[in-house]
Amino acid sequence: MARQIKKKRVPVPEQDPKERIHNFNEVALGYTWELATEEASRCIQCPVNFAPCIKGCPVNVNIPGFIKKILEKDVKGALEIIHKTNALPGITGRVCPQEEQCEMNCVMGKLGDRINIGKLERFVADEARKMGIHPEVTMAPKNGKKVAIVGSGPAGLTAAADLVKMGYDVTVFEALHDLGGVLIYGIPEFRLPKDIVRYEVEYLKSIGVKFEKNVVIGKTYTLYELLEDYDAVFLGTGAGTPKFLNLPGVNLKGIYSANEFLTRINLMKAYKFPEYDTPIKKGKRLAVIGAGNVAMDAARSALRVGYEEVYILYRRTREYMTAREEEIAHAEEEGVKFMFLVSPVGFVGDADGNVRVVRLIMNELGEPDESGRRKPVPIPGTEFGLEVDAVVFAIGQKPNKVLYQEVPELKVTRWGTLVVDEKYRTTMRGVFAGGDAVRGESTVVLAMGDGKKAAKAIDEYIKTGEWPEEIKPQSF
Amino acid sequence: MFEILDKKILAPNIKWIRVHAPLVARSAHAGQFIVLRLHERGERIPLTLFKWSKEEGSIELVFQEVGKTTYELGSYDPGDKIMDIVGPLGKPTHIENYGTAVIVSGGVGAPIGYAVTKALKDAGNHVVSIIGFRSKQYVILEDEFRKVSDELLITTDDGSYVRKGFTTDVLKEYLEKGGKADYVFTVGPVIMMKLIAKITKEYGIKTDASLNPIMVDGTGMCGACRVTVGGEIKFACVDGPDFDAHQVDFDELMSRLVEYRPEEKIALDRYVKGVR
Ligand SMILES: Cc1cc2nc3c(=O)[nH]c(=O)nc-3n(C[C@H](O)[C@H](O)[C@H](O)COP(=O)(O)OP(=O)(O)OC[C@H]3O[C@@H](n4cnc5c(N)ncnc54)[C@H](O)[C@@H]3O)c2cc1C
Ligand SMILES: Cc1cc2nc3c(=O)[nH]c(=O)nc-3n(C[C@H](O)[C@H](O)[C@H](O)COP(=O)(O)OP(=O)(O)OC[C@H]3O[C@@H](n4cnc5c(N)ncnc54)[C@H](O)[C@@H]3O)c2cc1C
Ligand code: SF4
Ligand code: SF4
Ligand code: FES
Repeated sequence: MARQIKKKRVPVPEQDPKERIHNFNEVALGYTWELATEEASRCIQCPVNFAPCIKGCPVNVNIPGFIKKILEKDVKGALEIIHKTNALPGITGRVCPQEEQCEMNCVMGKLGDRINIGKLERFVADEARKMGIHPEVTMAPKNGKKVAIVGSGPAGLTAAADLVKMGYDVTVFEALHDLGGVLIYGIPEFRLPKDIVRYEVEYLKSIGVKFEKNVVIGKTYTLYELLEDYDAVFLGTGAGTPKFLNLPGVNLKGIYSANEFLTRINLMKAYKFPEYDTPIKKGKRLAVIGAGNVAMDAARSALRVGYEEVYILYRRTREYMTAREEEIAHAEEEGVKFMFLVSPVGFVGDADGNVRVVRLIMNELGEPDESGRRKPVPIPGTEFGLEVDAVVFAIGQKPNKVLYQEVPELKVTRWGTLVVDEKYRTTMRGVFAGGDAVRGESTVVLAMGDGKKAAKAIDEYIKTGEWPEEIKPQSF
Repeated sequence: MFEILDKKILAPNIKWIRVHAPLVARSAHAGQFIVLRLHERGERIPLTLFKWSKEEGSIELVFQEVGKTTYELGSYDPGDKIMDIVGPLGKPTHIENYGTAVIVSGGVGAPIGYAVTKALKDAGNHVVSIIGFRSKQYVILEDEFRKVSDELLITTDDGSYVRKGFTTDVLKEYLEKGGKADYVFTVGPVIMMKLIAKITKEYGIKTDASLNPIMVDGTGMCGACRVTVGGEIKFACVDGPDFDAHQVDFDELMSRLVEYRPEEKIALDRYVKGVR
């Protein structure tokens, strides 16, 4: 069957930038059957044991396998293939940094555009959802053992799913009033509709996972109490504590962490104030410090709540930005302005303590640092001010210590992440951890991968009771 | 859902409720708080635990109606349900036997002051309570305080009850007359805490203040509650709410508390007009 190679990627229909900055609806509308089939037909079906796309995916989704099923119009088949290693395709298809993972080494890249794997994965998940299809699951008989999962982010949800299928009695404890972790409070609606997260959570409920919201482990229950009642505990507590730079004026009004800004908007629906009770400050110009996914989300959300001019302030140059390509492109289309090689040195407020000016200094790129990226070096005498009504810090997050500040047995690294070994075992017997809590800020798919592998390790531990004398730290 | 079991009006715009919240009650300590959300569209607001009963699985809250959420909560009756309550949050107040402990509470800080007073009393302290209110009609919890205090000094701003003056005046007089104070705990309006801290600093008395910045999650995730203590950024919900009063930047706290005043007014006006 000789086939014409189609070099060009089938574009994904998107909302017009001029319109979408006035709403929170999803930007990428997703493929139709016709478009999906066309894109799927571009894949040359590399053999599974060789396909570079599979190797690039952190959870090794059998990509040619599910793409073939799309061509066969077999949604259930496609979903089942994906689900073997990825329980949340509707989410990963939307938020994975595909250009650095599955799509990076796609062989089609040598001939033209790489296959749009992410959008095809999303297509499968969305079609399945529309049709109410779930993958066939084999539920092991109940084994009478109990596992507690702390945190309902992707790590916790994935671990819960696998453990419940293995026959465990699984309860997920979540501090917030809604389930999904960053998926629900951080990543905005226009990138990941909350209905998709809710759908996945409902599915887990339907297969027997129990959820307890409004429970902070370390406060409502201690970790010690959980260990009395459960045979093992998995900590998927994420890296939710925002960092600030302790610069003059950092606590002026109008200066937010990205978490606060996004939580107000996403979780608390401040964009619907006063219909919803939680407010968000509005103004003309907002500056975001940082250039990762979080920064793009904050900047694009700011446009949508009505800021007219939004700046990304980044201390390095464009090529070092860590956000997903698609996010950067979308931000640019929407009119977000980028200022490179600048670092904040302070903030100036008005008489009422509202931020009015960000003081910036220009940088040049120096020698590469440990991360291999060239270090920004401030150029003396280049300070200047940018007038603003609000500032959002998106310079990174560290693990939330609420849970373990009172648990000396749990060792943490100097970055505050939990020490675990290759089987996700922490330094406390029966306690496992994964996701951002051990990696620091990472990605949804890696958190899921951790949840999956930790579930296996938990099963093994409960069955054998084996726990090493000493935990050999594994770095992720 | 968390059912309201009982309700009382303590003073104009100050209400007391008892709520079914067994998980909070079972691990509550003095100085801790909860965050609640009334309904799907509600805001998350913090309120301090006034009392709690493990046996009955209930907690007691005292709150002042100041804005949309607190007014709406004030309209709830026994049988009504609060959608979300999470807690107990924050570090418990550090309790030890200092000798003589003076607790200075102002206005609606009184319920917080009460919980701490009781804990300090239970720990064996000689407890001196100073409580101040705007005027006679706002005096709350007097009997409660009397039960857990060795000495109770009440004052009203306008002199309509017991005496005229602020809690700062009472503390100053107490110390000038040679009253003992090995430890001071203060909670109430920020300006009051600031001035109390100033006095105790002169006398070199260890002082903790319970801070009340704006909060969202209450679990260390957002940084809305950040305060400057000893030049460092602290998150009041997880590092506090109590901090060394001599290190706190009260002016910054005062400024940050009114960040949403215009929006709060919009929300309250709408509520008063009955817009849903
Ligand atoms: C704004 C933003 C945008 C992002 N964009 C992307 C993207 O496009 N692509 C991508 O791959 N990644 C992205 N990420 C990163 C990604 O979201 C995280 O790597 C991932 O969510 C980590 O999952 P997790 O399960 O480890 O933790 P989280 O998702 O952080 O979930 C942890 C959960 O645990 C709860 N918790 C914490 N402590 C306790 C406790 N003591 N008791 C009870 N519950 C507790 C928290 O409330 C939270 O719900 C983004 C992150 C942010 C903040
Ligand atoms: C840890 C903590 C414990 C608290 N405990 C109690 C308590 O036990 N009883 C009680 O009555 N209140 C308490 N508060 C204050 C209470 O949270 C606020 O009054 C409430 O959030 C107001 O919500 P609202 O929607 O009714 O009013 P809003 O519309 O949000 O605000 C109305 C007015 O109240 C002021 N205000 C807003 N937030 C606060 C705040 N956090 N502290 C002081 N003033 C504020 C605003 O400046 C504004 O002028 C506590 C606050 C914190 C942080
Ligand atoms: S999980 Fe992520 S990396 Fe893997 S195939 Fe799907 S989109 Fe690509
Ligand atoms: S590498 Fe590209 S062409 Fe080959 S199987 Fe994967 S997606 Fe298809
Ligand atoms: S309230 Fe969000 S960090 Fe304290």
